Amino acid sequence: MAGPDGRAVISCTGVRLDRGERTVLSDLDLTLSERRIGVIGANGSGKSSFARLLNGLLLPSRGNVTVDGLDTRKDAKGVRRKVGFLFQNPDNQIVYPTVGEDLAFGLKGRKLPKAEIAARVEATLQRFSLDGFGDRLVHELSGGERQMVALAGVMILDPDWLVLDEPTTLLDRRNTRRIMAAIEALDQNVILVTHDLRLLESFDRVVVFEAGRVIADAAPAEAIPAYLRLVE
Amino acid sequence: MSTRDIVLVALFAALMAALGAFPPLMIPAIAVPITAQSMGPMLAGGILGAKRGALSMLLFVALVGVGLPLLSGGRGGLGVFAGPTAGFIFGWIAAAAVTGFLVERFWRGLNFVTAFLAATVGGIVVLYGIGIPWISFVGGVPLATAAAGSAAFIPGDLIKAGLAAAAIVMVKRAYPMIRPAHGRP
Amino acid sequence: MITGLYRAGNSRLHRAGAGRKLLALILGGTLLLAISSLPLAALGLLIALALYGLAGFGPRVLWTQLRPIVFVLAVLFLAQLWLATPAEAVLVVLRFAALVLAAGLVTLTTRTSDLVAAIERGLSPLSRFGLDVAKVSLAISLAIRFIPAIGQIAGEVREAQLARGRRPSPLTLVVPVIVRLLKMADEITDAIDARS
Repeated sequence: MAGPDGRAVISCTGVRLDRGERTVLSDLDLTLSERRIGVIGANGSGKSSFARLLNGLLLPSRGNVTVDGLDTRKDAKGVRRKVGFLFQNPDNQIVYPTVGEDLAFGLKGRKLPKAEIAARVEATLQRFSLDGFGDRLVHELSGGERQMVALAGVMILDPDWLVLDEPTTLLDRRNTRRIMAAIEALDQNVILVTHDLRLLESFDRVVVFEAGRVIADAAPAEAIPAYLRLVE
Repeated sequence: MSTRDIVLVALFAALMAALGAFPPLMIPAIAVPITAQSMGPMLAGGILGAKRGALSMLLFVALVGVGLPLLSGGRGGLGVFAGPTAGFIFGWIAAAAVTGFLVERFWRGLNFVTAFLAATVGGIVVLYGIGIPWISFVGGVPLATAAAGSAAFIPGDLIKAGLAAAAIVMVKRAYPMIRPAHGRP
Repeated sequence: MITGLYRAGNSRLHRAGAGRKLLALILGGTLLLAISSLPLAALGLLIALALYGLAGFGPRVLWTQLRPIVFVLAVLFLAQLWLATPAEAVLVVLRFAALVLAAGLVTLTTRTSDLVAAIERGLSPLSRFGLDVAKVSLAISLAIRFIPAIGQIAGEVREAQLARGRRPSPLTLVVPVIVRLLKMADEITDAIDARS
């Protein structure tokens, strides 16, 4: 469940990320262990790539990323079990035609018995206020409901960490509140990449990216004004 | 097959279904409906390459077989495979494979002419090369009769090959999917 | 989205296993095509008609099955009449009517999901030769999931072009839709990998 010292920790040491000729991230040295961490930065600042480094969807060109002691380069599968990932657009994240089938998707890959999969799907539907949605067709749901299904599809796998890449960008205020309330209620450590600074006011820590580097890393009261000074 | 290959195969099978939902175009001069669907194998092969293109058509044919009404006009189910013109449906798999094979060959200097050639050979020559003997065999009529009955569709298919060729070239510029193998163009 | 062609019912045919129905169809169809016999073809058609009755389907359902091939059958009938004998012409029509009806009956009485499961079971022996059945069923589900999504994307692209003051042509419609699909594919891939 946690690193060698008993704490859940993601660490980046000497990380640099190149894509083709371009350097997307450089000089990244971070130790993440707070329960609620926000990541902000302008478009193209490298924050989405940073999020994808944390669960091994991207591998660093130099340096290491480790999650509770597991290196993303050596054990991508183990890392993905620990780190759940929610994308901006639920349409590209939901794989199966019905809600119930989609929630079962990740569990099937783990070769669990059918009865247990069904029970966990049912429990997860309840937990995310999706009671009775099991047989509903995904494409008939609203955008907010779809994002909730995508979140449930990640959380049913019971990760230790949840990384969210702008999960509320496509949502209205009310659905944003619903998704954020569901996220607030999680026991897991959360890393939220967002443009919506208000969401981060109650967070423990905020990391600010600019041109592929960390330019501020502090409590929200300090980091958010630093970001605003930068962009305004 | 990587996860990405599977996703691409599935998306192009779904695209094929979406093409089937387009209303057919009636060309008065030849009195034959032109459906967008037979552009699908040319697009799948020309954009994904031979292997993924052919697999996407195989997947589409399987979806029709399990009872989804995805062929133009809302047809589907196993009955379609039992009819005399089933060769034109199974032939889509080979059509995508050959179109894809040729586009891979022409990849480095691909232009409208070579793409049109690939789409025509794969999507028309190969397709009719399977569909016509199929009618002749299962229907018990001579090849020439079967060919004469199918010829009316060729002008429409040539138009579609032209559209598919233009699309293949444009998509290659925007988002090339077929990457040259090591040391080979 | 797409509803299958299945028609709910509770006949013995509805309840029979998908695999057994498919097997019976393949055996019956092969027999019908292998033997050129007018009485056998007529018997085949009678059996098919009787099975429709057993499944609780009336003439209207029969007609929806036959309508798509009526034109081709008429052409074949005339060609046979002209090139061969009247008996041959009747044989061709009887055969196809029986085959198409029987195959259609399997579709009408079997849920899509049961047929998909039967395919997966049928493929599982091939896993010894390196075929990953889980990948096949993932591909099937993905395709079914994204068929309505593509219609929606096409609608959005069309609206965007209309808003910019041009009527979408097949080409200006199909290219942006495909490019969006290809970009989507990368994100879907990431999402699947992130959950597996």
